[in-house]
Amino acid sequence: MQYLLLIYDNEKARWNAPPAEREALHDEYKQLVGELVRDKIYVGGNPLQQSETASSVRVRDGKAQVTDGPFAETREQLGGYFLIEAPDMDAARKIAARMPGARNGTIEVRPILPMTM
Amino acid sequence: MQGAAAIADVFRAERARVLATTIRVCNGDFELAEEAVQDAFASALQRWPSEGTPDEPRGWLVTVARNKAIDQIRRRARLRELISIEEPGPDSSELDAPSVTDDRLRLIFTCCHPAIAAEAQVALTLRTLGGLTTEEIARAFLTSPVTMAQRLVRAKTKIRDARIPYEVPEQSQLAERTATVMSVIYLIFNEGYAATAGDEWLRKDLCHEAIRLGRLLVELIPDAPDPRGLLALMLLHDARRDTRTDDAGDVVLLEDQDRSRWDRAQIAEALALVPLALRGGGGPYGLEAAIAALHCSAARASDTDWAQIALLYAERYRRAPSPIVALNHAVAVAMAEGPAAGLALVEPLGHKLADYHLWHAARADLLRRLDRRNEAAKAYKQALALVGSDPERRFLERRLTEMGTVTKFTSSDS
Repeated sequence: MQYLLLIYDNEKARWNAPPAEREALHDEYKQLVGELVRDKIYVGGNPLQQSETASSVRVRDGKAQVTDGPFAETREQLGGYFLIEAPDMDAARKIAARMPGARNGTIEVRPILPMTM
Repeated sequence: MQGAAAIADVFRAERARVLATTIRVCNGDFELAEEAVQDAFASALQRWPSEGTPDEPRGWLVTVARNKAIDQIRRRARLRELISIEEPGPDSSELDAPSVTDDRLRLIFTCCHPAIAAEAQVALTLRTLGGLTTEEIARAFLTSPVTMAQRLVRAKTKIRDARIPYEVPEQSQLAERTATVMSVIYLIFNEGYAATAGDEWLRKDLCHEAIRLGRLLVELIPDAPDPRGLLALMLLHDARRDTRTDDAGDVVLLEDQDRSRWDRAQIAEALALVPLALRGGGGPYGLEAAIAALHCSAARASDTDWAQIALLYAERYRRAPSPIVALNHAVAVAMAEGPAAGLALVEPLGHKLADYHLWHAARADLLRRLDRRNEAAKAYKQALALVGSDPERRFLERRLTEMGTVTKFTSSDS
């Protein structure tokens, strides 16, 4: 079963951190991805550009409306995600707890709804 | 041949076990398992009166429920082919696998899984392991049956869709997860014990359900001391429940309670559990039970071993510091060494407990005993401004009135 691990944190604090700190964080993620690939848990993942780069699109009455910024203003912003393969919620939560973003942000663990297209 | 009433007794006694095993057979699908168990009970009502009650009613019910569940899974599989949505199917190799672990242990850990909201943990535990209907749980928690039913459905859906495992947690997680189970059981107990709103009869029922679940946890995890502590604590509190309020519904303090009306048999059962609960130093429930045990074994309030109680609170504080435990410790010290010693410990807690009515009430009581009536009256007023329940309010008002008789000539600080 697949789970999406959504990394929410204070993106300003992270982007404005000193270069050495950002590099250390990057290395930590790289190492974790390495371990998850080795253990055949990792399916995919990416960091995201800052939320101010986002556009939100809605189609209403057949017309597409585009607004600047993310869907909701929140204290913590979506900063990246992992897609993993795990036997159950407990296993997925354990992976989430290993993510550096869990220390000062929040990892939302969402089960994937499998669909055949 | 058995009548419907006797069959109903079998259901009541066996429902949790039958359901717990059927959920495992259904791969953790609570909804499916509940339907199947319902169907199995319906079959029993139809067949047992004429065919006779089977030698092993539980085994019979589990087998019938499992077959009903498999039928349902097959029907769903056909439906799935039609709409082509992939759904995790049952692992048929596990259907017949015998289980060494009591399935009720899996059930209680899954109901109290940390990924489930606290209020839903409570509802799910009561619904599946306890004997209460959705309507009864709704009434006990002062909510509508519709809301409660939705809460239960959401929790069950989450267990299925997020694949919350139907397993006893591994050793490294066991202590933490057991602590969650215990907090759910204690929450159920307190809802019945401490709440002042709602149906009195149902609240008593909640206490008994919590005690039953506590017994079950002791039976299922016999090596852990703290579940014994929790059970002892609940038994001791419950043994005093009828003496805590008078006929008018007003609070009767521990020291004024009619000790002859305490349930001695229940206290004796709890006292036997306490030494086991304290093995290895004792967890929070064990220590709390030891304190309650000292209260319950004093023949008169004046015989209470307050020095020992103060030591136990100090130990609790050392393990898990909290201002509430510190306040209890201070009150015990006041009883053992006098109000001045207690007050010296109560005062510094003010910056943390300024919004807590019992801090003001404890302080007021110590000032009263030191005959500093004017300050006491002021503290009672502050407690009254924060108190929530009516019986407590009436108690504080009575005390304040007692102080009032002298405030007129010592008004310097009022």
